[in-house]
Amino acid sequence: MPMRLLMGNEAIALGAVAAGISIAAGYPGTPSTEVLETIARERPDGVYVEWSVNEKAALELCAGASYSGARTLVTMKQVGLNVASDPIMSLAYIGVKGGMVVLVADDPGPISSQTEQDTRAFARYSKLPVFDPSSPEEAYAMIGDAFALSERYGTPVLFRPTTRLCHATAPVEVSDRRERTTAAGFEKDPRWVIFPRLSNRAHAAIEARNAKLSDELSDYRLNAAEGRGELGIAVSGINYAYVTEALGILGASARVLKIATPFPFPYRLAEGFLRGVSSVLAVEELDPVIERELVYLCGRRELGVRILGKETGDMPPAGENTVENITARLAEYLGVPYTAPVEPILPRLPARPPTLCAGCPHRASFYAVKRAMRGKKTVFCGDIGCYTLGNALPLDMVDTCLCMGAGIMTAQGIFRAEPDRTAFAFVGDSTFFASGITGAVNAVYNKNDIVLVVLDNGVTAMTGGQTHPGIGETLMGGTAPALSIPNILEALGMKTRVVNPLDLRAAEAAAREAAGETGARAIVFKSPCVNLRGAKSAALSVDGGKCYGCGLCVSELGCPALKMSGGKASADAGMCSGCGLCAAVCAAGAITRPAAASGEDAV
Amino acid sequence: MSASGTNILLAGVGGQGVVLASKILARCAAARGEQARTSETIGMAQRGGSVTSHVRLGECARAPLIPRGGADVIIGFEPAETARSLGFLKPGGAVIVSDRGVYPSGGDEYDPEEILGFLRAYGGISALVVVSADAVRRAAGSYKPLNVALLGAAAGRLGISEEEAVAALRGIVSSRLAEANLEAWRAGAAAGEKYTRKEMGI
Repeated sequence: MPMRLLMGNEAIALGAVAAGISIAAGYPGTPSTEVLETIARERPDGVYVEWSVNEKAALELCAGASYSGARTLVTMKQVGLNVASDPIMSLAYIGVKGGMVVLVADDPGPISSQTEQDTRAFARYSKLPVFDPSSPEEAYAMIGDAFALSERYGTPVLFRPTTRLCHATAPVEVSDRRERTTAAGFEKDPRWVIFPRLSNRAHAAIEARNAKLSDELSDYRLNAAEGRGELGIAVSGINYAYVTEALGILGASARVLKIATPFPFPYRLAEGFLRGVSSVLAVEELDPVIERELVYLCGRRELGVRILGKETGDMPPAGENTVENITARLAEYLGVPYTAPVEPILPRLPARPPTLCAGCPHRASFYAVKRAMRGKKTVFCGDIGCYTLGNALPLDMVDTCLCMGAGIMTAQGIFRAEPDRTAFAFVGDSTFFASGITGAVNAVYNKNDIVLVVLDNGVTAMTGGQTHPGIGETLMGGTAPALSIPNILEALGMKTRVVNPLDLRAAEAAAREAAGETGARAIVFKSPCVNLRGAKSAALSVDGGKCYGCGLCVSELGCPALKMSGGKASADAGMCSGCGLCAAVCAAGAITRPAAASGEDAV
Repeated sequence: MSASGTNILLAGVGGQGVVLASKILARCAAARGEQARTSETIGMAQRGGSVTSHVRLGECARAPLIPRGGADVIIGFEPAETARSLGFLKPGGAVIVSDRGVYPSGGDEYDPEEILGFLRAYGGISALVVVSADAVRRAAGSYKPLNVALLGAAAGRLGISEEEAVAALRGIVSSRLAEANLEAWRAGAAAGEKYTRKEMGI
């Protein structure tokens, strides 16, 4: 089999293709995004792949395809599972015909997420089996096992890598073979219609199946008890790699229980492990899932084994694990000498806080609304996307951010509690389609008085430039109808203004006028993402003779291309995209486009 | 642990080509039949943040990230990010660093010379190779292939030949840029050459 250097997400994608999927769908979300992108790039014969409008839609699409017997893959990040949890909870009872794997990437840290939720815990809650790979190469093999189990038991199966695995590259042996599957077709049967009586029967069947699975998974080759010693370590997912390396650093050995299927937990395997050790340190991220299973098993089987972990304060309760923190903990636990590496005492280093890009149209939109509403009683509800960065100084234009699409309803709630406060809701184009539309409908229906501001940059930018329903392209490269956000809002009965935010005067006027009206109304600030979709124009320059050093351009906008040096403003020609916002702000008229760029006046 | 392996940490700022450089290193290793693992910590680098890429060559390493105190070589794309990553260096490891500072947005100015001075005085480094970014620009026509120049400067330490690098570059960068990249590689290699093998910990 040929060896390829693959990122974890690529390995998962190719593993799923080898397992014979014919349908894949998801919604972008770090760290899961590259799985669907890989499938779209590799273009395997006979595989349909789409960015659905959100995770719930993706899961429902794949449920339907699996009813027809197709093997399907659904992808999302952990918070996406919250969106998809309604269909998946019921699908657990209904089951599937074609194998269905729901890939949910967890994000310990969190590094780029709102929560540190644990999909292993969701597996227990939803009663769905979950696989937890420990490396990209293992993930490649394991996803095939997940499909096989799904089809054998007619149940969706969860697959949960974590960020470090998703984004790590490793040599993976890739099979040339692809399982050939043909969808048997949909067969009409009452089993596809959920009713209380069916659910009652299904619940009992699921409990029996999971007990059987627990026993079967005790023999699964990727669940293992290995190593020697009195002292035990139990690990989950990528922590297996950390513990292996830490034991190497310490030159120590221990008995290690590696859990690849946290649910149904392989109790028989774990009991055999527990009978050979005096204590166990559970090394895992997010929730103490394995730790609690072992404590449970000790109680159930009356085993006198000490179980240590997060709940006993022996491992950190939150955040990511690292080889170095595990090495230090293991040294203590195993009683092995270890000197932690000396941390250098560093000089002061510059901070690099994330900021909106130079020329980002979101900066212009936020600034226009800020100018229009200065001194007024307002609230600016934000949402999930690049534009969450609008909360940073000097813009300071995001007062709330909760989850995808929440800003639109949050604004309505604040309006209802404080009708004299002008409530703005900022939402990106992709987020609007994902879960913003319902909030807009609600605002019109309930006469909730808000200004909805759609920041339409024509791309799902935060996750690296994915398509969405508003831009006329699909993941497979085809053209599609471009849904018009202004038309949708107008159809809902919302008065809607469409403005180019880089035209500061017009943008500010639109914000002021909209704020002065009542009812649910909208502004669509339309300007392409400067980084992914924009045509950059020539960089602006500051005329040192005219600039009198007021610093307004720097202190008002926070554009990374602008800075003060020697008492004058200056623009970094390599970074400036020529958006012209600073020129509109400059009272001295000192910031101009190069004369050769066009015959127009300075902006 | 990684007695038979080599850990290389690349540190820079979003947009400097850190991830691409780690790909080139991994390809060179893979072409030789050596195990290669890479992992990036990117955060919101698209928007000017710090980027590190961890490259782990050889059989022993399992974890995606190099543990602190575990890097044989740090390749720093700019002085401040190099200093920030110094905790990853093994005692007596080598540091390759570009002398050109990339200033953060928001006007948090710093003096690259000051940081380079700190690195020169730091006791834990066996060899410090300072690559002149301007020399790379003169040789290659722009600052863009600085990433390849830094690899060139580390080539002696990592045992990568020019031919291997050229082969790895093929298929990653367009043929249009191949010439500039080769010039950059050579400029970097020249900077690295003046260090003895012993100083580089070979």
